[in-house]
Amino acid sequence: MKRSREPALWALFSGGGMMAALFLPALAFVLWVAGPLGWVTAPSFETLAALALHPLTRFFLFGLAGLCFFHWAHRFRYTLYDGLQLYHLDRLIAVLTYGVATLLTLAAGVLLTIGL
Amino acid sequence: MGQALNPDHTPYHPKWYRRRIPIFWWLSKRGYVKFITRELTSPFVVYAVLLLLVQVGALARGQPAYQRVEDWLGRGPVVAWHAFVLAALVFHSVTWLNLAPSALVLRLRGARVPDGVIRAAHFGAWAACSAMLGWLLLGRV
Repeated sequence: MKRSREPALWALFSGGGMMAALFLPALAFVLWVAGPLGWVTAPSFETLAALALHPLTRFFLFGLAGLCFFHWAHRFRYTLYDGLQLYHLDRLIAVLTYGVATLLTLAAGVLLTIGL
Repeated sequence: MGQALNPDHTPYHPKWYRRRIPIFWWLSKRGYVKFITRELTSPFVVYAVLLLLVQVGALARGQPAYQRVEDWLGRGPVVAWHAFVLAALVFHSVTWLNLAPSALVLRLRGARVPDGVIRAAHFGAWAACSAMLGWLLLGRV
């Protein structure tokens, strides 16, 4: 019997959804809204560089990025599939969305290892 | 064309009745609009992650490169756009964590853990993660 890929894809979708839910709003609020508006004292370059370039942070960012990309792929696939009724293009949409997620994850991996 | 891309799809089958549904079916009810809005938060998730990676890349290239990103982040329209992105991310968090009891069924000594407890634990985890990030980013300024 052919094994379905859906459980693995759903696990990636679920992991990405949880990571995005737990971490992204606080990052967006501090780095892109409250900091630029002066509501909080924006972290200095030295503070951010020491934090962001630490190996543990890079590992965390890679996990966050990869899971979030696959979260998007799975959710967007079904948004197109159900929302726009593109049932006949299911395979093409799946190849495009998971393909883009895979490429973005690889790019994030390269950036966070040899790119920094 | 569709058949070639997805052999499982049958545009017509004599035994099945398929009512044609308009593309904007989700505009007919408030609950459907909320559902599609929730689904459309995923591009904002990708945008946020890409922007984070851009910032990390700029940090690695040094202060002048990072300053250029900071200057761009400080522009009025960019801040307004990011306030909108933040709203989409918060909407994702709230709707995602509210669904946790449906996805996670826990049993303790044979009894199912109430939905409210599971939901509260997830929102508590969100608050703890946000506080930790706030401390990491701002606590040591």
